[in-house]
Order: sequence, then C-alpha cells, then structure tokens
Amino acid sequence: MSKLHVELVAADRKVWEGDAKQISARTIDGELGILQGHTPLLGVLVSGDVRIETMSGQIHTATIDSGFLSVDHDRVTIVAEAVDASRINS
Amino acid sequence: MRVYRQRIRAVQATKKITRAMELIAASRVVKARQRVAESTPYARAVTRAVSAVATFSNVDHPLTTEHPQVRRAAMVVITSDRGLAGAYSSAVLKESERLAELLRGEGKEVTPYLVGRKAVGFYKFRRREYAHEWSGFSDSPKYEVAREIGERITDDFIKEYDLGGVDEVHVVFTRFVSMVTQEPEVIRLLPLEVVEGTEAPDPDDVLPLYEFEPSAEEVLDALLPKYVTSRLFNALLQSAASELAARQRAMKSATDNAEELIRKYTRLANQSRQAEITQEISEIVGGVEALASAK
Repeated sequence: MSKLHVELVAADRKVWEGDAKQISARTIDGELGILQGHTPLLGVLVSGDVRIETMSGQIHTATIDSGFLSVDHDRVTIVAEAVDASRINS
Repeated sequence: MRVYRQRIRAVQATKKITRAMELIAASRVVKARQRVAESTPYARAVTRAVSAVATFSNVDHPLTTEHPQVRRAAMVVITSDRGLAGAYSSAVLKESERLAELLRGEGKEVTPYLVGRKAVGFYKFRRREYAHEWSGFSDSPKYEVAREIGERITDDFIKEYDLGGVDEVHVVFTRFVSMVTQEPEVIRLLPLEVVEGTEAPDPDDVLPLYEFEPSAEEVLDALLPKYVTSRLFNALLQSAASELAARQRAMKSATDNAEELIRKYTRLANQSRQAEITQEISEIVGGVEALASAK
C-alpha cells in the first residue's frame, strides 16, 4: 500500500504524526501537492493552511506561519514555528 | 533556654519555605525536561534540512561565512532570574568570564548579551557595559523570546564592524546532563558550523538529493535563521531545566540543613532545661541542709 509518512512539527512540540494519502501546502511559488513517490524536495512554506488527507480519507487542516517542508522516500516533514492545530482532531 | 526555643521556631519557619521551594522546583523540572524533549523533533528536522542544503549545494550564506578577521565577538550569557539555585548562575558567569578572557587574549573585543536578571545584576554591580538584556522568563522560556534574541544577534552579526556589528557569536548556557549534573557549556553559534551539536545526523543516514523550492539560496535564507533560533531555544530550555534542578538540589540541602539545626537546638534546649532542673534540686537540697544545721 502506497502511503506517505507525515510528521507535522511545531517549534515546541510534535503536532501530528501518521500516514497520509496526500498533502497540500502553500510554498513561496504557489500551491504544492504531494503524493506518494514524490522526488526529494525541500520547500519554503508561507503562512497558510496545510491539508493532510489521511488513509481513511479524513482531511486534517492546520494553519501554520512560515515554515518549510521536506520530502524524501515518502517521508514528509512539515516544520513551522507556530502551528494552529485546533482543527486537527486526532 | 528561651533563646534556643526561639531559634528552633525560626529554623522551622525557614525549613517550611525551603521545603516548599524544593517541591515546586521538583514539579517544574519535570515539565521543563518535557519541554526539552518536545522541542527535539523540531530541532532535528531543522538540523537535517540545513545539513541537506549545506551538503548538496555550494551556496555561501552570510551566516555561514567566517570573517577573515574577527575583531569583535558577542557572548550570550544565559542565567536565571532568581537566586536560591546553588551555584547555577555563578557557574555560568564564571564560564563566561573565562570565555571573555580567552577571546580578549585572541585580540577580540567582547560584547556581552545577557539573559536573566542574575547576569544583568552581575554586570550592573561591576559597572560593566553590555549590549542588550532579556529577562523575566528564565524558568519557562517561550519560543518567541528565542526568536527575538536570534533576530537581534543575527542582525548584529550581519552588520559591519564599524557600525557596531560582531564577527562571532558565542553562547554560554548550562547543559542539562541529568538531575544531578548540569554543566556550563560554550557553543559558537555564528558563523554556523552545521554538523556540530547533539543532533548530528547518523553517518549511515544518507541524505537524498533534494530539489529545492524555489531555490537553494532561498531555502537556506529561510532555514538558517530558524536553525539559529532553534539552537538558542534549545539552549534556553536546557538552561531552564538545569536551573530548576539546581534549585531543587540547593533547597533540598537547605532543608536537610534546617533539620540538622533543629535537632541540634532541641538537644541544647533539653540540656539546658535539664541543667536548670538539676540546679533547682541542688538549691533545694542545699537549703534544707542549711536549715537542718541551723537548728
């Protein structure tokens, strides 16, 4: 089963960790979607929403301020200084 | 005897205070250590990303470039806001004095940046100059504070020497080794040496060839300040945990000491009471004898 392993990390804690089908976030250049098998990437994120679609199809949305995102071997790390995770229900 | 009783009461009151402080520190140190642990994923992610950029691109960045001639060095000294933590603050200050001496020996000017009221007091008392101070948060530092300090020192680092800029930044903080050991430590924060530190990536952990979005330069631009801040934040958190551990230990020995004193004074009080009674008896016996012989 193809899946992404996602970690959403804020400066002072780990906000969310789990498997996901798809992630979308906003980089400096524009909206970025990540699926399984993406090439390794390091991108700078601007403040906005990060959407994580989990394996069960549930969608988590978190609002971040500036941060970055790294993808390698289907492991995605989203890092932001401040994360508003009030809409994530885990 | 009255004096002893008074002393016992005084020491008992002190013991209550130190005991309370010990318990408070003990409960807070757990939280502080938790915060250190919670900030590690972030620190690791940032470090990993920075080393990825640094390894796969030959981008020079002002924050990583060594100055050809270091004329002024900044020294960030992290101490506590409050005392009663044993040798915690003085150990850091001693270490910072040693570092300053060393830097001056290399012909560098030293500009201190102070964190915590104890360091500020130390410098004010000696009428020494310092560049900036931050205080009022030492046992539970916020990320925003780390960012503020980070911004200030990176600004000063980028500034020209003639405008008051610095060419190197060192941080003196206390590493939390365990509940019983906390060591003052010096790290050079800027210019950055990316591989050093506790979160060095494993050697067998091969970093993939990254694509950069939008470009390596811009990624580095965004990442490095975060790296600086995250290291500062880590230093602040470790110092906070160390401070609380040191305070807990200091207060524990103060409480033990108070108990010891109470025991000693109780003995002395008992002894003097006994002496009084003995004296009274011998006075009565003496009186009776005197009466008997007077008949």
